[in-house]
Order: sequence, then structure tokens, then C-alpha cells
Amino acid sequence: MADVIMVPDISRTVQKWRKKRGSLIMALHEVQNRYGYVPRNVSLQLAQLMDVPLARIYEVVTFYNYFNLEPPGRNNVAVCLGTACYLKGAPEVFDAHKKALGLEDGGTTGDGEFHLQSVRCVGCCGLAPVVVMNGQTVSKVRPEGVRDLIARCRKEA
Amino acid sequence: MGKLNRDDLDRLESEYQESRQERDYIRVGMSTCGIAAGAEPVYRFLCEEIRRRALDVEVRRSGCLGMCHAEPLVEVSVAGAPRSLYGEVGLDAARRILDQHVEKGLVLAGMLASQDGLLAPPEETVPRIGRQLRIVLRNCGIIDPTKIEEYIARGGYQGLKRALFELGPESVIEEMRTAGLRGRGGAGYPAWLKWKLTRDAEGAEKYMICNGDEGDPGAYMDRSVLEGDPHSVIEGMLIGALAIGASQCYFYIRAEYPLAVDRIETAIKQARRMGLVGKNILGSNFSCEMEVRLGAGAFVCGEETALIASLEGRRGTPRPRPPYPAQYGLWQMPSNINNVETLANVGPLIARGGKWFASIGTESSKGTKVFAVTGKVRHSGLVEIPMGTTIREIVMDICGGAEGGKHIKAVQTGGPSGGVIPEELFDTPVSYESLQELGSIMGSGGLIVMDEDDCMVDIAGFYLGFCVEESCGKCAPCRIGGKQVKMLLDKISARRATAKDVTELRRICHAMQKASLCGLGQTAPNPVLSTLRYFENEYEALLQ
Repeated sequence: MADVIMVPDISRTVQKWRKKRGSLIMALHEVQNRYGYVPRNVSLQLAQLMDVPLARIYEVVTFYNYFNLEPPGRNNVAVCLGTACYLKGAPEVFDAHKKALGLEDGGTTGDGEFHLQSVRCVGCCGLAPVVVMNGQTVSKVRPEGVRDLIARCRKEA
Repeated sequence: MGKLNRDDLDRLESEYQESRQERDYIRVGMSTCGIAAGAEPVYRFLCEEIRRRALDVEVRRSGCLGMCHAEPLVEVSVAGAPRSLYGEVGLDAARRILDQHVEKGLVLAGMLASQDGLLAPPEETVPRIGRQLRIVLRNCGIIDPTKIEEYIARGGYQGLKRALFELGPESVIEEMRTAGLRGRGGAGYPAWLKWKLTRDAEGAEKYMICNGDEGDPGAYMDRSVLEGDPHSVIEGMLIGALAIGASQCYFYIRAEYPLAVDRIETAIKQARRMGLVGKNILGSNFSCEMEVRLGAGAFVCGEETALIASLEGRRGTPRPRPPYPAQYGLWQMPSNINNVETLANVGPLIARGGKWFASIGTESSKGTKVFAVTGKVRHSGLVEIPMGTTIREIVMDICGGAEGGKHIKAVQTGGPSGGVIPEELFDTPVSYESLQELGSIMGSGGLIVMDEDDCMVDIAGFYLGFCVEESCGKCAPCRIGGKQVKMLLDKISARRATAKDVTELRRICHAMQKASLCGLGQTAPNPVLSTLRYFENEYEALLQ
């Protein structure tokens, strides 16, 4: 993995959290927001800055689904598999994504262009099934519309 | 605007009401569902066009009115034409609304969104919409959630004012007791008792915590309230903090809800600027601080002790209770945790009094409940009904029944901890007890409609799969039992199972209910047991 140096703005924000009790998770959110994942050397620096053992950091990072240890793709596709979406055909929508991108759940394309994952309920059940593409929620997705959706994403990127 | 004291609140309320009354406006619903359906370009288009056409019309934003199936929603209120609500508004529709309704005063009847008689968002502070009564959702879809003035103009913070200057902590708890408000997160524990236990517990510090870790896949009323009316939750938190004797509040909100986090953070800043959060609130001697902490995608963190562990920055694993958080909570101090929907009830409850609240609902379940009605139903969205309304009224009358001429088979309430209720039992009035008797639970209010195409074994497998993934792994009954149950369900679905497997399935389910450490494991078998209870024939049809 490439070396990632903690940039000054992150260490400043982390310093801010350091003063507050129990804020390791908040500091990790800051790291993930900045890098898209939690890089190992950043964890090492975080351990020093926050004065917690590296093992504690990994214990937390691996417990919560939200944190990633691998870098995401340039485009991130999250297919909601919450109950409402599930009933309205999300498994087929998810399969269409897998096929179109040639990926399994949690995979990233070789060129780093797309990362695909399933997620639990984004709270948009009234418009099921939904897909969150680079942070934008797309509603009432049909399996046959998935290729277009991805093509559009590729073009915009 | 500087810090307010008790008299400023009333002055502001009437000032804002007057200043906004005569203005023509167009309002666009801009919560997560509205934005997902395309509200942002519509909003931008309306702003630009109004400027270009030099119309004296204000374009406003609001949260979610609950009619998610008809998003993007646009409400038009101009002199000379009835106030109207348009649904599924794209750019073309937005242009026609400007041409016809705004400029000529002609209502476009074919484009109106209506549900159960609603033609435009109501104006009362606790509105009735057909069969719905909106206490929790009183402002959602009506006010601009980024403007504290709009909350105040609709009677906001009057509950806090009464709590501070008329009642005091003990009487607040007494009002809550009269009201009979029970926890809306699922368990239905009396809110007043939780508050009293925390108040009576000894501790150098006490904490008030808002559980905004809405994890039930299929329920999103908490997101909607946080996004559409954040001050209602802040007001509830302040009244609770006063009652239990806390000076520090935490909002624990799912990281998956970025807009909700953003709205609550904005709202806290505004409230602080106005002297509603911080030192000497409204000029009283009550001081209270607030902070937001994010969850990180763990369903189990909705459980109180796991939530506390997560707030402390650790893995969100639960611990045995007692001691309860009321005695031994965050940083080992007495802590009170309430769900978002519970808290949103508190402001109006205290402002209007416990007796008013207790006049709504059934004998044992008071007030209203918000349901997120989704799945195979025509009008999916949020519905707030007085307790005691039947499931049939919710699904058939308010939400328009099945989609596409299908037959509705059942609903699932309570998410992964709940169970199914077959169509024959839809005349059951909704209350904590009635749903439990049917083998389901109220839960946080997800109500998933299933039709003839949905296989109950598959649904049970879906929920079990969820619980297996979300099990924290600390106790064996949940960790191992869940996995075994899931494997048996998969075996049944694959038509490889025999009657003996079903017996085994039941046995493991009962063991999990009895022996699991926390609510997650204890309730994970519910979807299996309740589908077995009402749809055993579907299991049998798959056996060898």
C-alpha cells in the first residue's frame, strides 16, 4: 500500500477530538471522509495523536460496517438491500450491477474505477429499490436500467 | 438575533406568523426522498424562473410530508387560487405550474397529489389529515428545517418554556406520567419512569442521550423527523435534560443519514445562538450543552448498552442489564436514552399538558404512532395515526391498498425483531399489547406490505440473514443459533429439508429467545416463529 502521510488539516481536526472523551469513532469518521478509507499508516499516526493502542483502533474499525480498510473506487455504487428494497426487486438490481461491473459484493474494478457494495437501508424506502451512486440516491431503479446508470456515471467521471 | 428570554419567544412567534401570512410562496420538499426523486433541479429551476419572470413569490424548502410515493412534492400558495399540492413534479410540470397556477391562478387538477383527502399541507400546529393526527410529524413538510424561526412560529419551544418557568423537573415528570407516553423505539417502556429513575439515581453527572441509530431496515421516520423538524427533537432533549438533571446531551445518529446529521448540527447552532442551548436557557438558571456523535453502521448499537459503548468510542457490544443505564450509563453515570420519535412528542405534550396527550389513543397505548408503510402498497410513505387505528385503515384506506391489482397477504411490523400479521387479522387496532399478542411487536414502526408474490420462508430468511450479519458475536445463542437457523431456512428454501428440520428450527428459535444476552438475539427468531405460526403451509409446501 502506498504511503499516506497525514495531512495537517486532519491532524488538526483529530487534535480537536482528542480533547473530548470517547471520540475515537468521530476521529475515524474524519479520516474516512478524507481518504475514503482508513489507511494503515494513518491509523498508526492516529494511535499516537490520540494516545490509544493501534489494536484498539483496529478493534473498532473492524467492528463497524461503515469503516473500510481498502481504498474505494473513483465511483462508489451502493445497492440498498433493506427490506422494502428487497421486496421490490433489489436482489435483481444488485445482480445486474454485479454482471455489468463484473464484481462481487465489496469488490473494486481493476482500474479502480468502480467499487460495488450492498448496504442496509438508506432510509429511502418509499422510493424502493434505491441505489446510492457517489452519494446521490437514485430511486426506483430497474435491473434493465443499470447499464445506463453505470455508463452515465462513467461519462460524468 | 441575540439570546432570547422567556418573553421574547411569544413575541417572535406572533411576529413571524404575521410577517409570513400574506406572502405568495412555492414550497419544495427537500428531504432525502424528495432529493432522490429529483427535487433539487426543480427547486433551482423554480428559483431561476421566478427571478427571470420577476414574480413576487418566495420559493421555500421543507422536509418530508410523508407522501414519499409522490415525490418531488411542490406546494403552491398564491393569492386568488386555492393552496394546492402537486406530486411527481419534474421540470416540465414545474413550468406548467408557473404558467398556469402561479401566473393565472388556475389549479392543474390532473397533477395534484392527494392522499386520504389531503389537498394541501394543513396549517394547524397539530394537524389532522384525514384519519391521521400529526404530533410527531406536525411540522414535517411544512416548515423550513434550516430556519429556527419557522419552528418557533408554529408554537415551537413553548413546551420548554412551560417546563422551565411553570413546571420544574418534578412536575414535568408528573405530566409525562399523566400523558402515558411510551418509548417509540420499540420496547414501549414508559418514558416518565425512565426519566424518574435517572433523576433519582445518584451521580456527579447525568446524561441525556437521543437514540437516532434507526437501524430497522424499512423504518425511516426518525430520519424524516431529524431532517424535517430537528428543533422538535432538540426541544424534547432539553425538557428531558431538565427533568433528569442533566447538563450534557448527546445525539447518536447513523452515519448513513448525512442530511439528518447536517440538519441537527445546524439546528443546534441556531438554538445556541438564540440562547436555547448553552448557559442560562431563556434566561433561566438551567444550562445544557449538546453534541452530535455518529454511529458507524452497526444495528446492535440501537440497543442501549451497546449504544453507550459506541458513544464511549468502543466496539458496540451490549452488556447484561441490570444495572440499567438509568443507574450506570455513559461513563458509568446515570443516563437516559430516548428514541427520536419519543422525543419529538415531548414539546407539544408539555405545552398542551399530559391530559391532552392521554386523551389520544387506547387505554394502555397513548398518543400516536408513526409508521413507515412500504413494500407492495400503492402509497408508500409515512403515516401518523392515533393508537387504536386498525392495520386495515392504515394499509387499505390511508395508503390505498395493494399495487397493481394484487392481493395483500400480510404485513411485517417491528422489522428483524418483529413478525408478520396476516390479512385476516388486519382489523386489529394498533397498540403495543395487540401487536404482541399477534406474535409481532410495534417496534420502531416499519410496516412492510407483502402481497401474494412474496414467499414467507424467503422473508424469514432475509431477516435472519440480517441478524446473523449484525450479531456482535458476544453471546453464543445469538452468534451460533442465528447461523444455524439461517442454514435451516436456506435448506428449506432449497427444498432439501424434512419435517424434522422444522422441529429443529423451532427448538433453536426458542433457545435463542431465552438465552441471548440482548434484544437482538432474543428477538431475532420472531420473524421465523411468526411466519411459522401463520404460514406454516408455505414451509410445508417446500419440504421433501
